[in-house]
Amino acid sequence: MAEHKKEIDQVSGVETTGHEWDGLKELNNPLPKWWLYMFYGSIVWSVIYWVLMPSWPLVNGYTKGLLDYSQRAVATEEFNVAAAERAETGKMLLEASLDEILNTPELLEYASAQGKVAFGDNCAPCHGTGATGFEGYPNLQDDSWIWGGDLDTLATTISYGVRSEHDESRFAEMPAFGRDELLEKEEIVQVANYVGSVAGLPTQDGVDLEAGKVIYEENCAACHMDNLKGDIETGSPNLTAPTYLYGKSVDDIIAQVNAPRHGVMPAWIDRLGETTVKSLAVYVHSLGGGQ
Amino acid sequence: MSAWKKHQIFEKNSLILIIGIVIMISIGGLVEIVPLYYLKSTIEKTEGMRPYTPLELVGRNIYVREGCYACHSQQIRPMRDELQRYGNYSLAAESMYDRPFQWGSKRTGPDLARVGGKYSDEWQRDHLVDPRSVSPTSVMPGYPFLMDAKLSTIEIENHLKVNALYGVPYTEEQIASAKVDLLAQAQPDSDAAEGFEERYPGALIRDFDGNAKEVTEMDALVAYLQMLGTLVDFSLYDEKANLR
Repeated sequence: MAEHKKEIDQVSGVETTGHEWDGLKELNNPLPKWWLYMFYGSIVWSVIYWVLMPSWPLVNGYTKGLLDYSQRAVATEEFNVAAAERAETGKMLLEASLDEILNTPELLEYASAQGKVAFGDNCAPCHGTGATGFEGYPNLQDDSWIWGGDLDTLATTISYGVRSEHDESRFAEMPAFGRDELLEKEEIVQVANYVGSVAGLPTQDGVDLEAGKVIYEENCAACHMDNLKGDIETGSPNLTAPTYLYGKSVDDIIAQVNAPRHGVMPAWIDRLGETTVKSLAVYVHSLGGGQ
Repeated sequence: MSAWKKHQIFEKNSLILIIGIVIMISIGGLVEIVPLYYLKSTIEKTEGMRPYTPLELVGRNIYVREGCYACHSQQIRPMRDELQRYGNYSLAAESMYDRPFQWGSKRTGPDLARVGGKYSDEWQRDHLVDPRSVSPTSVMPGYPFLMDAKLSTIEIENHLKVNALYGVPYTEEQIASAKVDLLAQAQPDSDAAEGFEERYPGALIRDFDGNAKEVTEMDALVAYLQMLGTLVDFSLYDEKANLR
């Protein structure tokens, strides 16, 4: 690597690098000044950054920097600021009874708005964005309620869920009359047809409905009541309701008596907090089915 | 020859240049990666983290196998909107038994770091079999075959052993009873369920797939999903000690 002799290009007046390929020579232009200064600037900036921000690892920790910046602290702070902004109305919401919220326009507006957002985020996956439910997931727009549709009942159901892991959860379980051999196949067909006949469904031919009635009274009436209207105290569905959760036909009834499906609703109180649960109760109540 | 000119030695000899690059990258790597192994603040102190149960571990493997991570992250970032939607930001401690981890920033579907307990088993099932039956605008593919895929118990003991090799604190007893525990978690009425409960206190024991006759891959995946984000007890978590 001998030092090459300085050679100035005649045309541009710039020094060459001394490299030559088939008579072509490379000019040794300096780096553009704007680029060079940005490069130096970024080096200086990195030193400033080390001083201000958490950067270098040490033996037992790391340099915290003069600003003591923490992304987690900032996010928590912003979260708390947003919570504080809502705290005033939130506090009124927390202290007001559900009926008061319903009758105070300002609170109602606030609760409905919050309830709508929370519903979309947490409830819509099961109950649908329009709250009309899916098969197996209750419709919240209609007048059929398994556990009741007044404000306090709604708040309780939302808070603790149905058959959830929460200690206060609502709980009801219908026996599996077929799977656990509590009733004969024949008897299940009879009772299902009886229920169907009262509910106004087309029944199967040649089934002894009177026998079905006796079976109903002995096995079902304790929960679903003599008039088939159910009991919201025990979460026993109304069998004369216009829709059933798991389908309304005699075949669906047979399937349900045979081995009932039991839906689960999670408890929301720990995840969402009391204010949001109240808003949700108000929102759901306002959808049309509220009692 | 000035100091600047000495750089020509690197520029003119590719081998020396490569060695120089390797040394520079190694310094960067050592400074950035090595401290993570010895700094105690890397993994937060928490209450409640436990190794995954055999069923959850298999569920996790199915999650990885089906590529759920391509659309779902398991990382709630420390930003206000995320805290409001998903809950507390994810801690490093919460994925300390994850190999590979499921962090990420690309979300086609929602983040799943705290999805445990948010929906019922039945919903998870319906949604995995046919997502559009409960979420009409979803673009997620269905996974109905999970309902029919009977769980294999052959490999589970080795899965636990390999994890133990990496430092996951499985006990000898847990490894020895892995096969039994794998099925017991989805069979609450079986005799083995009691032993499982002792080995993994607090773990959910239920028939996750709604089919009591056999334990399927759906059991495993739903068991895994229902556990996600529920292990750390945040009422005991000291946030101030772990702000960084």
